[in-house]
Amino acid sequence: MKIILALLLIAFCFGAKSQTTTLAPGTTAPQIKLKNIDGKAVSLSDYPSAKGFIIAFICNTCPYSKAYEQRIIALNKKYTTLGFPLIAINPNDPEAFGGDSFEDMKAYSKAKGFTFPYLYDDGQAITAAYGAKSTPHIFILSKTGNSFIIEYTGAIDNDTPGDDPAKIKYAEDAINAVLDKKKPTVAVTRAIGCRVKWKRS
Amino acid sequence: MKITTILLLFCITSHLEAQRIQPITIDELNERTHNGPDTTYIINFWATWCKPCVKELPNFLSFDSAYIGGKVKVLLVSVDFSTEVNRKLIPFIKKLNFKKETYIIADKNQQEYIVKVDTAWSGAIPATLFIKGNKRKLVEQSLTYDELLQYYKNIQ
Repeated sequence: MKIILALLLIAFCFGAKSQTTTLAPGTTAPQIKLKNIDGKAVSLSDYPSAKGFIIAFICNTCPYSKAYEQRIIALNKKYTTLGFPLIAINPNDPEAFGGDSFEDMKAYSKAKGFTFPYLYDDGQAITAAYGAKSTPHIFILSKTGNSFIIEYTGAIDNDTPGDDPAKIKYAEDAINAVLDKKKPTVAVTRAIGCRVKWKRS
Repeated sequence: MKITTILLLFCITSHLEAQRIQPITIDELNERTHNGPDTTYIINFWATWCKPCVKELPNFLSFDSAYIGGKVKVLLVSVDFSTEVNRKLIPFIKKLNFKKETYIIADKNQQEYIVKVDTAWSGAIPATLFIKGNKRKLVEQSLTYDELLQYYKNIQ
């Protein structure tokens, strides 16, 4: 009985931890299979020629996330042809804040002209598995054998308003390094933005 | 006539006084809070678009030495985008009639200034920094008036 309790406690602790700890560079990226706004499931294995991915946790409602939309569309355009397509995931619980339901996502993607999948994380399991903390929160993945490794996690750049010509483009720098068969110089930054809205327990 | 003009000018300037918003870097903010080791500085980071921030603002606006019985300075630092200052921030400050020192963050490099505030800060708001002498405490959550008072007492 005591052992079961202890095991349950450990399971609980790790369960709770998974929501707060962001996966570090070098870790194997969890498989993703989620429903896209067109109703079809999207997974990493749907892209056999991909050398890696840009996984972007974004939403409809956060001003930081909105500020980056054009840069996210540009990232997808630039890096899809180089083998790093972008997949966006909405990490927010639709009930917790409002404006991030599956229907809202469909309308939003259309209005903003998203050119990439925009996936609905029903139950927030993928958000928890990656430890996404904010919107936007970026993960750069590279293909190693049959799996994907996290190369970079954090912000797109260090300039949310987008008006600083001297901005450091962390996400681009990281992909460029991987394309050069190098490790990114900066592999972790703070994902500055709005906190992920977790389901209220 | 002269008196009317002076009175009018006085009215205008004192009115502006309540709403003045100045750009500040974190280095300047750290300078500012070095003055007076007997003063507790409470620095609230917020933005007009952040719902929980707006909700807790009245607690900061009413937090005053006169009621606390100690020396306290509340500084409100907005992280609104510079493009939103005229359109959103100034009208908002006017509406709520801010009487506290009000700033807008002037640092460009977000990754850098966040660490300068506190290495434990994720950068999300609301966040409140309590400073008394060499003691610093960052609280990354919404605060009720009672919680604010408790953190103030804890750092004494």
